[in-house]
Amino acid sequence: MTQLPPPSTKKLGLVIDLDTCVGCHACVVSCKGWNTENYGAPLSDQEPYGANPSGTFLNRVHSYEVQPAQGQAQLIHFPKSCLHCEDAPCVTVCPTGASYKRAEDGIVLVNESDCIGCGLCAWACPYGARELDAEEGVMKKCTLCVDRIYNENLPEEDRQPACVRTCPAGARHFGDLGDAESDVSKLVAERGGFDLMPEQGTRPVNKYLPPRPKDEIPEFDVLAPYLEPVASDGKGFALWLDKALSSLPGGAK
Amino acid sequence: MHPAISVIIFNTFSGLGFGLLFWLGLGALVPTGMSAFIWFSLAYLLAVGGLIASTFHLGHPERAIKAFSQWKTSWLSREGLCAVFALTVMAIYGAGLVFAGARFALTGFIGALASLGVVFTTAMIYAQMKTVPRWRHWTTPAMYLLLSISGGALLTGQIRIAAVLLIIGGVLQIYSWDTGDTRFKASGTDMETATGLGDIGKVRAFEPPHTGTNYLMREFVHQVGRKHADQLRIITIGLAFVLPIILLLLPFSAFFATLAILSHIAGVLTLRWLFFAQAEHVVGLYYGKR
Repeated sequence: MTQLPPPSTKKLGLVIDLDTCVGCHACVVSCKGWNTENYGAPLSDQEPYGANPSGTFLNRVHSYEVQPAQGQAQLIHFPKSCLHCEDAPCVTVCPTGASYKRAEDGIVLVNESDCIGCGLCAWACPYGARELDAEEGVMKKCTLCVDRIYNENLPEEDRQPACVRTCPAGARHFGDLGDAESDVSKLVAERGGFDLMPEQGTRPVNKYLPPRPKDEIPEFDVLAPYLEPVASDGKGFALWLDKALSSLPGGAK
Repeated sequence: MHPAISVIIFNTFSGLGFGLLFWLGLGALVPTGMSAFIWFSLAYLLAVGGLIASTFHLGHPERAIKAFSQWKTSWLSREGLCAVFALTVMAIYGAGLVFAGARFALTGFIGALASLGVVFTTAMIYAQMKTVPRWRHWTTPAMYLLLSISGGALLTGQIRIAAVLLIIGGVLQIYSWDTGDTRFKASGTDMETATGLGDIGKVRAFEPPHTGTNYLMREFVHQVGRKHADQLRIITIGLAFVLPIILLLLPFSAFFATLAILSHIAGVLTLRWLFFAQAEHVVGLYYGKR
């Protein structure tokens, strides 16, 4: 049913630390690896070794440059997957009921045997979290590794999403964001976790932790005065050369 | 948004077909016998042909029947139900005219309203998208309805009504483009809210997550041909509205009437292409694109 269930008390989701992520894409690889051979249709690739490779992924890592008004630009790696929104617009647009949000833990899933591949849910998602598989013709999205987190055949430490389990930097955290006392909720409260595109009104469960402010090292360099790159008090030949070059058309004054 | 040919054909011809059914249902034209058969066949060819074309872009068209189930929340589901209802009611109305020469006026009236309902529900599929600010506006359903009934009026040869509707349609289309051009910016969604990094400074896409293309880029970040948008808008207004109006105002001849219809169809096809090609999805922001 594509009507959203009443808000669940349990809200499973991810917390992604943009301060810690090093942009290694290990989460992308482990996600593709696990999800291509488990829940639902495999994640296909088209022309993987050809001139124009493309494929289906449930998690992708962007990189952004952020330029503050003062100081150095920062490079921020930005993993993005389904945010398992509370007001998931992808669920309500689905005409067949294939797209649904679980009442018990809030995970947004696709029942692939009901999906007609119309693509409307991907249109409704502002985050680009859904990709239509070109081989299977059904919509693929992050399942929060629903086939790992409750899987009693796996050792306990593996009962978390593949991306979280594999992250070498510890930038990804999994837990119940509906429980204010959970580790992830405390982390969000402590670090000022935020929503992506809050103005879209989707109320994402997943949160992002902002990069910590960079240390500001006071400029202290004993040699600096002696290594002034541009002399402002040239004499003799240097003074003449400076004036001569400046007088050329387009020369620096 | 990617302008899929099947969806452009569906929007254009189904709109025209349901517009024709609307006028037939209202009794603007009351053909009987063979003539009624030809009129209704034309309307069903356009309406149903368009609906069938729309299934070509589905990944699993064989499961299309399931799309009737979620009418409580899904405009696409509502559209499907509305289309089946309108086509069934109008088939009863048409059968009366073809086989009995009798006009069931109330049936026709209900069928006419349901035909407009199909066009409205189609438009709402687009107008509901918060992710595509250009579409999320009252002009989207208004233009769909206007184009449908003015196309139907053209086909049924109601010269005065068609001319008036085309003038309103042309003006509203220009208004819709003009306001639509600023709607993305006005929506407040930008790279800073998309990444949540706006508190630090100005955000710029440094490196995309993949070296090649992907489904999102193909479906939502369509930039090809946008540079010709201004010329295409002029062509649209000329073909869909101005030329048919001029041809209608000339002394009536079958040749001019046919030309007016063909020109209108060509114009609406261009308009629909622009409707998709110029629509910018907010997901493009994650790629530093629009």
